[in-house]
Amino acid sequence: MHPLTLIVFLPLLAALVAGLGGRWIGNLPAKVITTGALFASAALSWPIFFDYLAGDGQATVVPVLEWIRSGDLQVDWSLRLDTLTAVMLVVVTTVSSLVHLYSWGYMEEDPGQPRFFAYLSLFTFAMLMLVTADNLVQMFFGWEGVGLASYLLIGFWYHKPSANAAALKAFVVNRVGDFGFSLGIFGTFVVFGTISIPAILEAAPAMAGSTIGFAGMRVDTMTLLCLLLFVGAMGKSAQLGLHTWLPDAMEGPTPVSALIHAATMVTAGVFMVCRLSPMFEASETALAVVTFVGAATAIFAATVGTSQNDIKRVIAYSTCSQLGYMFFAAGVGAYGAAMFHLFTHAFFKALLFLGAGSVIHAMHHEQDMRFYGGLRKQIPVTFWTMVIGTLAITGVGIFGIGFAGYWSKDAILESAYASGTVHGGIAFFLGALAALLTSFYSWRLIFLTFFGRPRWAASEHIQHAVHGGHEDPAHEHGDSSHSKATPPEGTAGYQPHESPMSMLVPLGVLALGAVLAGQLFHHAFVDAEGGQHFWAGSLAFDAHLAHEAHEVSSWVKFTPLTVMLIGLAIAYNNYIRRPEAAAGFVRQFSGLHRFVLNKWYFDELYDRIFVRPSLWLGRLFWRGGDEGTIDRFGPHGAAYAVGVGNRLTSRLQSGYLYSYAFVMLLGLIGAASWAVWWAK
Amino acid sequence: MIGLAHYLTVAAVLLVLGVLGIFLNRRNIILMLMAIELILLAVNINLVAFSSFLGNLDGQVLAMFVLTVAAAEAAIGLAILVIFFRRRGSIAVDDVNRMRG
Repeated sequence: MHPLTLIVFLPLLAALVAGLGGRWIGNLPAKVITTGALFASAALSWPIFFDYLAGDGQATVVPVLEWIRSGDLQVDWSLRLDTLTAVMLVVVTTVSSLVHLYSWGYMEEDPGQPRFFAYLSLFTFAMLMLVTADNLVQMFFGWEGVGLASYLLIGFWYHKPSANAAALKAFVVNRVGDFGFSLGIFGTFVVFGTISIPAILEAAPAMAGSTIGFAGMRVDTMTLLCLLLFVGAMGKSAQLGLHTWLPDAMEGPTPVSALIHAATMVTAGVFMVCRLSPMFEASETALAVVTFVGAATAIFAATVGTSQNDIKRVIAYSTCSQLGYMFFAAGVGAYGAAMFHLFTHAFFKALLFLGAGSVIHAMHHEQDMRFYGGLRKQIPVTFWTMVIGTLAITGVGIFGIGFAGYWSKDAILESAYASGTVHGGIAFFLGALAALLTSFYSWRLIFLTFFGRPRWAASEHIQHAVHGGHEDPAHEHGDSSHSKATPPEGTAGYQPHESPMSMLVPLGVLALGAVLAGQLFHHAFVDAEGGQHFWAGSLAFDAHLAHEAHEVSSWVKFTPLTVMLIGLAIAYNNYIRRPEAAAGFVRQFSGLHRFVLNKWYFDELYDRIFVRPSLWLGRLFWRGGDEGTIDRFGPHGAAYAVGVGNRLTSRLQSGYLYSYAFVMLLGLIGAASWAVWWAK
Repeated sequence: MIGLAHYLTVAAVLLVLGVLGIFLNRRNIILMLMAIELILLAVNINLVAFSSFLGNLDGQVLAMFVLTVAAAEAAIGLAILVIFFRRRGSIAVDDVNRMRG
C-alpha cells in the first residue's frame, strides 16, 4: 500500500471511529485514536516532502477506485503526488496533528469532545482529498468536504445563536464561490473534454486566445474559465467581496480557527490557483484580476485589522490580508513565492491563533483585548511564542537571516516589483503599505495583550471567574460588545494561569517552524535554480521572474523591513509610550475609525444589496405566491369551498317534516312533469 | 248529471287540502296525520271513480288495500306520537326538528 493512501485515509478512519463510536468508546479513546492517526499521517508525510526536497521525488498517481463512467466523462478516485501535493501534505498534517494535540487541553471541559475530534479529523481527510486530487471533480469533493467540516466546526457550540449564524453565513457565502467553481469545472469539461488535471494543463497553453460563447457574448476561453475558477478560490480563501464569512467564523473554538481558518482550508484557493497555474498563465486578463483582488484584499483586511478589539478577529483579518499576498504573488506569476508564503504562513498564523487561544484560556474566555494587559509575566510561554509568531508575520530579518515571514513576504513583494507590469507595481505598493499595517496591528495585539497594566477588572468573564460559578467553555463570548472604551485598570483579584503542556507543546513546535521554515526552505521554494528543480513542473514556476526578483534594487529589498519598523514604532508609541495617543487619534479621525472599525460597512452593504432584497423576494413568494395563490386557490380554497357548500346544504336539512314533504312534492311534480312531457 | 270530472275535481280539492294541511299546519302532528289520511282518501276517490267508469274492479280492490295500509299507518303514526309526547312533552310541529343538519 502506498504511504499516500494511509496518509489520506487514516484521518477518515479515525473520524468514523470517533464520530460514530464516540458515545461508546468514551472521550479518551476517541482523542487518542484521532490524534494518533493524525500524527501517523504527519510522520508519513515528512519523508515524502524530504524526498522531493532532495530531488528524489517522482510525480505519481495512486489509483483508489473507479468512480464515474459516463460517455466522455471519466472520473476516478485517485491520489496525485507531486511537489505541490507534498508541500500541502506536510502543512495540513503537521498543523492538524498539532491542533489535535492542542485541543486536548483547550477542549478539556467540553462535553462534546468525541464529536469535536471527529470533525477535526474529517476536515483533515477532506483537505487531504483536496490537495491530492488528480481531477477537478475529486478536488471539488474535497472542496465541499472542507466546507462541510468548516460549517460543522464553526457551529460546534450549537446552542450559541451567534455560532449558528456564523456557520450558516460561512456556508452561504462559500456557496457563491462554489457556484463559480462548479461553472468553471463544467466549462473546463466543455472546452477540454476532460476533467483530469494533467490533461487540462497540457492542453491549456494551446487554447490561449480562443473564444467561446458565454451569456450571449464571445469571450476569451481561458479568461472565462480562469475567472470562474478564481471565483471559487475567492470564496474559499475569503478574498475581498467574499471575505465576510471569515471574521464571523471566529465563533468556532480557537483550535478550529487555527487549523481551518488560518493554516489550511482558507489556503485552498491559493493551492488551486497554483495547481492550475498553466491555465492561468494562458490568460493575461485573469492574472491581472487575481493580482488586483489579492492586493486589494491585502490592504483592505490590514486596515480593518488595525481597529478590531477582539483578539481573534484581529488575527482573522490578518489571515485575510496574508491570503491577499499569496494571491497577488500568484497573479504576478510568482507561484513559488505564493506557495512559500502559504507554507510559512501556516506555521506562524497557526501559532498566533493557538497563542491567542492560550490567552483566551488563561483569561477565562475573555476575547476583548481592551480587558487584557500585563499578561507577559503570568503566561510567559504563551507570550514568547506569540512574540515569535509576530516577528515571523511582520517579516523580521536582514541580510539573509530572518524569521519565516521575512523570506516569504519579501519574495512576494520583490516578485511583484520585478514582474514589471502595471498591476505588479500597484500590488507592490499596496503590499508594502499592507506590510506596514500588518506590523502595526500585530504589535498592537502584543502590546495590548501582554504589556501595560492589567485591565481585567471590568471584564464580565473575569468577574464571573472571580465570583465563583463553574467554567463553561461555551459561555457567551465577548463579542466586542463591551461598551466602555477604556476600562479601569486592575486585576479584580484574578490570577491567570498558564495553559497545560498539551497546549504549550504545539505552540513550541509551531514557533520552531515560524523561526526556521523560511531559513531552511527558501532555496527550494523561491530561488531560480532551486525552485525549478524543486517544483519540477508541478506548478508554472517562472525561473526568469525568480531571478529578476533576486536582482531588484536594494531599496525594494529594504522596503519591507523599513515599513515593518515604522509600523512597530507607531504601535510602540501608541500603546506603550503614550497609551492615550491611540484614543486621541481615534477622536481626531472618528469618521475614518468608525469606517474601519465597521469593516468598511461590507456587512451592512451586503445586507442592503443582497440579504434584504432576498428576504423581501422570499416574503413576496411566500406570502403572495405560496400562501396567496397556490394555497388560496389550491388546498385552502378547496377546503373552504367544501365548508361553504356544507353550510348551504345543511341549511336545507331544517329537520321539519313539512319541508321534507315539500321537497318530496316538488320532486314528485318534477318526476310527473318529466313523465308527461319529455319521457316519450 | 254527475260525471267523472266532478269526482276527479273533488279528489283534487281534497288532495290539495291534504298537502296544504301538511305544509301550512304548524300546530301539531295529529293534524298532519289527518292531512295524510285526506290525501290517501283523495286517491281512493280517484281509484273508485275510474273503476266505476271503466267497469274494472281492480281499482276498487286497490282502494281497499289503500284503506288497510292507511289504517295501519295511522296506528303506527299515533303510537310513535304517543311515545314522542312522553319523551318531549309536546307534539307541536315546530318542536320536531331533531333531524336538523
